[in-house]
Amino acid sequence: MNVLMFGWEFPPHILGGLGTASYGLTRGLAHQGNVNITFCLPKPWGDEDQSFMKIVGMNTVPVVWRNPDRSYVESRYPWMDASDYYRFRDHIYADFNYIGVDDLGCINFSGRYPDNLQEEINNYSIVAGVVARTEQFDIIHSHDWLTYPAGIHAKQVSGKPLVIHVHATDFDRSRGNVNPTVYAIEKNGMDYADHIMCVSELTRQTVINKYHQDPRKVSTMHNAVEPLPQEIQDIKPIEHPNEKWVTFLGRITMQKGPEYFVEAASMVLNRTHDVRFCMAGNGDMMNDMIRLVAQRGIADRFHFPGFMKGRQVYECLKASDVYVMPSVSEPFGISPLEAMQCMTPTIISKQSGCAEILSKCIKVDYWDIHALSDAIYSICTNRSLYEYLKVEGKKEVDSITWDKVGERILSRYNSLLGR
Amino acid sequence: MKTICLYFEIHQIVHLKRYRFFDIGTDHYYYDDYANEASINHIAENSYIPALKTLIQMAKDSKGYFKVALSLSGVGLEQLEQYAPVVIDLLKELNETGCCEFLAEPYSHGLSSLAENWEDGFREDVMMLCDKIYELFGSRPKVFRNSSLIYDDEIGSVVADMGFKGVLTEGAKHILGWKSPHYLYHCALNPNLKILLRDYKLSDDISLRFSNPSWKSYPLMSGTYVDWIASFPEEEEVINIFMHLCAFGIYQPLSSNILEFMKALPEAARKRGITFSTPSEVVDNYKSIAPLEVAYPMSWVDEERDTSCWLGNVMQREAFDKLYSIGDRVRLCTDRRIRQDWNYLQASNNFRFMTTKNNAVTMDRGIYESPYDAFTNYMNILADFINRVYWAMPADMDIEELNAFQTTIRNQDKEIQSLEKQIARLKASKETKPKAAKQKQAKADSKK
Repeated sequence: MNVLMFGWEFPPHILGGLGTASYGLTRGLAHQGNVNITFCLPKPWGDEDQSFMKIVGMNTVPVVWRNPDRSYVESRYPWMDASDYYRFRDHIYADFNYIGVDDLGCINFSGRYPDNLQEEINNYSIVAGVVARTEQFDIIHSHDWLTYPAGIHAKQVSGKPLVIHVHATDFDRSRGNVNPTVYAIEKNGMDYADHIMCVSELTRQTVINKYHQDPRKVSTMHNAVEPLPQEIQDIKPIEHPNEKWVTFLGRITMQKGPEYFVEAASMVLNRTHDVRFCMAGNGDMMNDMIRLVAQRGIADRFHFPGFMKGRQVYECLKASDVYVMPSVSEPFGISPLEAMQCMTPTIISKQSGCAEILSKCIKVDYWDIHALSDAIYSICTNRSLYEYLKVEGKKEVDSITWDKVGERILSRYNSLLGR
Repeated sequence: MKTICLYFEIHQIVHLKRYRFFDIGTDHYYYDDYANEASINHIAENSYIPALKTLIQMAKDSKGYFKVALSLSGVGLEQLEQYAPVVIDLLKELNETGCCEFLAEPYSHGLSSLAENWEDGFREDVMMLCDKIYELFGSRPKVFRNSSLIYDDEIGSVVADMGFKGVLTEGAKHILGWKSPHYLYHCALNPNLKILLRDYKLSDDISLRFSNPSWKSYPLMSGTYVDWIASFPEEEEVINIFMHLCAFGIYQPLSSNILEFMKALPEAARKRGITFSTPSEVVDNYKSIAPLEVAYPMSWVDEERDTSCWLGNVMQREAFDKLYSIGDRVRLCTDRRIRQDWNYLQASNNFRFMTTKNNAVTMDRGIYESPYDAFTNYMNILADFINRVYWAMPADMDIEELNAFQTTIRNQDKEIQSLEKQIARLKASKETKPKAAKQKQAKADSKK
C-alpha cells in the first residue's frame, strides 16, 4: 500500500509535539510491512531519518518550468534523488510565475509558523498538486490543519480517499476564542475528509460537536511514545534525599494551567517544607506566575529554570519525585508519558487526552487544587504510593507503542479502501 | 439426610468523608454522615426490611422447619442502631421465632486476623461483637465466621482456642481440589473446630445470577434449585449457602421476585426430604470427614478467593501495616472516640477501595475516583488518627512502659480510694472519741 502523507514538522527539527507524533506514527505504520510512505515536508533539513519512508521536500518540487543541470540540482539538494526533480517537473499543471520562485522553479518555505502562515499553507497546497499528479498512491493522510488544504487538493486530483489526522483543534489552542480563518480551514478539511483520526476521545468529541462531523467517520487514534534511547536511560537521577521535587514542564500558557500548579504548591508548602517546586518552560504567563509565587510567599521553594530542551528535559524529569500536568485542555499531551518512562509518578488533569489511556497515574480535575495538592502531598509522604506509580507507571507506558497505533491505522486504511 | 445451611451477612461500613491533608491535626471527625444515612436507609428500605420480614414469615409459616443464620458486624450494627433501628427490631423478632442463629465475627469487620502479632487484638475484636450480640439477643454465638470468610489454619486454631466449635468459610476450589464442599471438615490444627464450606455455585446462583436473563437457568424456580441439591450424591449431606443479605433487593432487585423464590424454598425442600439447619446444628449433628489444611488465607472475594483484593498492592500493605502498628497503643487507650474510630478505620472495605485489580464486576468505589484517591484519603485520615493516638500514648515510650504507667495510674486510683477510706474512718473515729469523752464526762457528772 502506498501512502502519501502531508506533514509540517519532523524530527530532529521540531517546534512542538506535532513533529514527534508524526515521526512515531509513520514509523509504526512502516513497521507493519508492505506500506510505502511518501512524507511531504515544507522544508526538510536533510538530516531526517529516511530509513523507513521517503521524504519529499516541498521546497524542492518545481512549480515553474526551469531547466537546470542535473549536477546543479544534486549540488543544491544532495540528500535527494535528482531524477525526482525532473519527474515532478513533468507534472507542473499551471503557471505559477506570479508567486515568486527560485532558480529551480521551487517555492521557498520557512518550515515554521511565520506571520504569513496563511500564504505558506496556500503555497504548500499548490506544490501538493504537483506531487499528487506525480506520485502513485492509494490513500492520502494529512497531519494537522496546516496540511488539510494540500490533502484536499491531492484528493481532488487523484480521487483517492483522504484521511486527516487531528493533533489539535483551534478550540484547544484558544480556549474557545477561535480564529475564524483557522476554523474555516479545519472545517473544510474535515468536510472533505473520508475519515478523521483524532488523538483522543476528547478531541473526537470536539470534532463531532464543534465541527459538526458525522461520528461514524471520526475515530480515536491515541498517540504513543518512542522508547527512550540508551543514553537517556543511562542518565543518573540527581539525589536529594531530604527533599521532594515536584515538576511542571511545558509552555507556561493559559492552556497548560500553570496557575493551578502554583496554587497547589502554596497549599502543600503551608503544611510541609521539605518539598521544592519547579516550573520549567517559558510562555506568555511566566511573569504572572512569578508574581503569583511571590504573592503566595513561596518563592524560596518555587523555581523557574526556564526553557529546557533535549537532555535537560530528561535530567529534570528523572530528578523529580512528582510530575504534574494540570492542562486545561490538552488534545493528547505526550509529556506525562515521557515522565512515566523516566519512572516519575505523574499527576495529570482529566481534561487531557492521555488520561484516556493511562491508569497508573493520578487524575484530577485541573481546577480542583485541593485534589491536586492532596495528590502531590500523598506521593511525597507515602512511600508505597510513590513506588507503585513509579514501577507500574513505567510498565504501563512501555506497553503503549507506536507499532500498535500503526496496526490500527493500517486496519482503518484497509476498511476505507474496502480491502 | 441432606440439610441446607443458610447464612446471611449484614454489614455496612461507615463511609469516610473527603479528608485533605491540610485537615490533618485540625479536623478529627472522619465520617460522611449524609452518605452513611442515605446508604443505610436505602439498603434498609430496599433490602434488609423486606428480606427480614420474609425470613420471619418463612420461620413462622414453616413452624420451625426453616432455619437461618445471620452474622452482623459491630460497625454495621452501630449504623443500623443509629439510622435504621427498625432493622434491629426485626432482627429481634426473627430471633424470637427460635429459628435463627447469630454468629460471631470481628466487630470491626476488619482484617485483624491477618495482622502480625495481633492475636490478642483479634480476640478482643471478636469478643466485643459477642458481647454486643448477647446484649441485643440474649445469647452468645458459638460459631464463628471471619470478615469476608477469611480463613487459614492459624485463624482456625485461634478461633478454636476461643471456644468456638465451628467456623464458616469459602469452599474455594484451589483449597478443596477434588474434594466436595458438601461435607463437614475440621481444622487441621485443632479437630474440635468444625469447618462449614460455602458452595459458591449455589450461593452465587442466587446472589449474582438470579435476575440475569442471559443466564441459562433463568428464570430459576425454587423447585429446580432444590432439585439440584437433591441430585447430589447421597453422602453429600451439608449444603452451605452463604451470601450477603443485600443479595435480596440490592444485588438482585426485588422485582425479580427473589423473595417469592425464598418463600417457596422451605416447602420445596420438605417435599424432597431436605431439612434446614443452623451452623450449630450442623456442627452438632454431623461428623467431620477429614481435616482441611489451609496454609494461606482464603476468602469469598474475587475469582482468586484470597486476600489480594485488600492486601494485593504495596499501597494497601502500607496502609494496613501503618494501621496495625499503633494497635497496641490503641488497646491501652480508654478514650471512647479513639476506640470507635479504630473500629471504623479497620473495616476491610477501606482497603478494598484501594485495589488495583481488574475485576469482571465493576467496583463501586464510593466517593473515590481511583485506588490512589482512596489511598490518599485513607492515609490522611490515618495520619491524623495516629497523631491522636500518640498524643494520648506518647511515641517515645514503649508499650511495657506505658502499660506500667497505666497500672500505676489504675492502682493509684485504688490506693487513693483506700487512703480516702482510711481518712474517713480516722475522721469518724476522731469525731466519736470526743463525743464518747463528753458522754463519759456527762455520766461522771450525773453520778456526782
